[in-house]
Amino acid sequence: MVLLKLQFPLQRRVRLAQGLWLLSWLAVLAGAFTFSLGVYLKTELLRRAEVMDNTEIHVVPNILMLVGLVTMGINLFAGRVCQDSLDSARFPPWKPFLLPWYGLAWMVCVWLLSAVVLSYALQGHLEESLKVGLRNGIRFYRDTDVPGRCFQKETIDRLQMELRCCGNTNYRDWFEVQWISNRYLDFTSKEVKDRVRSNVDGRYLMDGVPFSCCNPGSPRPCLQNHLTDNTAHYNYEHQSEELNLYNRGCRQALVDYYMGLMNTIGPGILSVISLQISVLVSLRYLHTSLEGVDPENPEADSEGYILAKGVKETLMDVKTTVFKLLQFGQVEAGDEAEAGADGEKAAS
Amino acid sequence: MALMVVKFDLKKRVKLAQFLWLMYWFSVMAGVLVFSMGLFFKIELRKRSEMMDNNESHFVPNLLIAVGLLACGINAMGGKICYDSLDPIKFSRWKPMLKPFLVSCVAFNCLLVLTALLCFLMRIPLQFTLAEGLKNALKFYKDTDTPGRCYMKRTLDQMQMEFRCCGNNNFRDWFEIQWVSNRYLDFSAKEVKDRIGSNVDGKYLMDAVPFSCCNPSSPRPCIQYQVTNNTAHYSYDHHTEDLNIWKRGCRDALISYYGGMMNTIGALVLLVASLEVIVMIGLQYVNTSQSNLADPESESEGWILEKTVKETFTDIMDKMKAMSKGNAVEEGGVDGVATVS
Repeated sequence: MVLLKLQFPLQRRVRLAQGLWLLSWLAVLAGAFTFSLGVYLKTELLRRAEVMDNTEIHVVPNILMLVGLVTMGINLFAGRVCQDSLDSARFPPWKPFLLPWYGLAWMVCVWLLSAVVLSYALQGHLEESLKVGLRNGIRFYRDTDVPGRCFQKETIDRLQMELRCCGNTNYRDWFEVQWISNRYLDFTSKEVKDRVRSNVDGRYLMDGVPFSCCNPGSPRPCLQNHLTDNTAHYNYEHQSEELNLYNRGCRQALVDYYMGLMNTIGPGILSVISLQISVLVSLRYLHTSLEGVDPENPEADSEGYILAKGVKETLMDVKTTVFKLLQFGQVEAGDEAEAGADGEKAAS
Repeated sequence: MALMVVKFDLKKRVKLAQFLWLMYWFSVMAGVLVFSMGLFFKIELRKRSEMMDNNESHFVPNLLIAVGLLACGINAMGGKICYDSLDPIKFSRWKPMLKPFLVSCVAFNCLLVLTALLCFLMRIPLQFTLAEGLKNALKFYKDTDTPGRCYMKRTLDQMQMEFRCCGNNNFRDWFEIQWVSNRYLDFSAKEVKDRIGSNVDGKYLMDAVPFSCCNPSSPRPCIQYQVTNNTAHYSYDHHTEDLNIWKRGCRDALISYYGGMMNTIGALVLLVASLEVIVMIGLQYVNTSQSNLADPESESEGWILEKTVKETFTDIMDKMKAMSKGNAVEEGGVDGVATVS
């Protein structure tokens, strides 16, 4: 039972070839689009690489870039094939390449789908990576004189200002680290000595945040220090004050940003997959309809189909072919061993 | 003696017409570019209109938009003329319009050069507008509860962060105004009463700047309050401290931003003007070479001006004199007739 058989008179075959040629050029553009999406996503991830602990999430843009290039290649091939398809002299050389082409086109669709799935599945990993990266960033905020970490302050400040966030989970993360370098602390003053002695590690902790946490939308000038002390500022109550600092944590802000990017990219990739599948199906119909053409009567009707037999039967056929190949290999090895043993027997 | 005579055989005429058609399409795209640059400039001016005095002039971006649209129209028509030029029947329909069209092209090119000049010169009025506008903006920073001005604080903070600047001329502008709203000042505290008593207008002045003046590249956490008091902070000397807050004033920052934009736009408009001059000369060659054809396949000559520049100029002056004299003679004739009867 042939799968999805269709009749193809000459006119229809010509139309199919022309349509496929256009479709394959669209698919080349789609491949370029996929590649550029991959590049864009990778640059966005690299921009914030300093607050990420690992690069696991980079697998998504890497897949997109690779698959984009492969898509461009196979669709250029498809365009070339259908250009030659209506000429009965030029088409036969392409025939042996078509079966591997189908395999490759299927793989492309599978990889693209896996990229979309991964982009959602790796969200947890991304969050973990950001958690560790931001924690380190906040810890090393004060090390502006340590080589290798001296730009951490600027990076975190710019991150908080751009993404309108404060701290890792929220602004209280700044209360737990010393974010002022020892170079700017007067260790002879009483206040500093008290604070340093008030905790086990001898750190200068305070209920204050850096200026980059300040929210410009607040009606009052920014309050950065003594945040939990209502009496330190006139007409201030820290439980109800919402606009003074950014309420969101930077981890949440970054995850939201990247998920937003993936959500925008997702539908684009899905449309590229559907375009590729339509190219695949059209080329299969063109291939089979041209194979069915009577060489003595090239203008006659012919039949096109997707699979010569039903899905189940085709899979069984594929299985038996694969087994035969394996068996053939085993039998050959067995024969050689026997021949070798016979030879030895004869010799001895 | 015609100016810059070139011989054209059929092949050369065809090549000229094709090349010119292509160049006209580039010019249409250049017109679209000028239009979009005018639009972009207008949007940028609107975005910062709160920092400018209310009477800022949108003349230059409006002119750019108009010139861009006009360029599209003129070049599309020129392209159509070139397309039809190789067909004698179609070309004969365009013939009477060509001379006025070319004259209008000359006028349009002059307009383009004028626009470019205005782009370069717009910096000067912008400077005055910004000085006035920023001064007022700083005054209204604290009025977050006054309707109509409640967003000034946010706008100014975001602008200082984006353009990396502080105050009007420099950060000391913040010392001269009260930028903390009275709602957040405890008037029963001694410190507040002292500060208010220390000046004539009763303003709460301090040597402090808002957080948006802070420079993230500074190695130490930002010092916003008591900026000029060296003893208030450990290991601090405000004379040598460079990185703590932005040193540049916002007026300079905005002027260099808009100035750069206007210089780029002016340069691009000059390039478009030179492109227009080239296509205009090409069209004149097409016109003259097609006009004196004995038969469609023969050779012909094309030129820019029929006589030399001097002679053409004197011709034009004579024509204008003749026209004005002609009016005078007519009037005299009418009077003469009246007296006779």
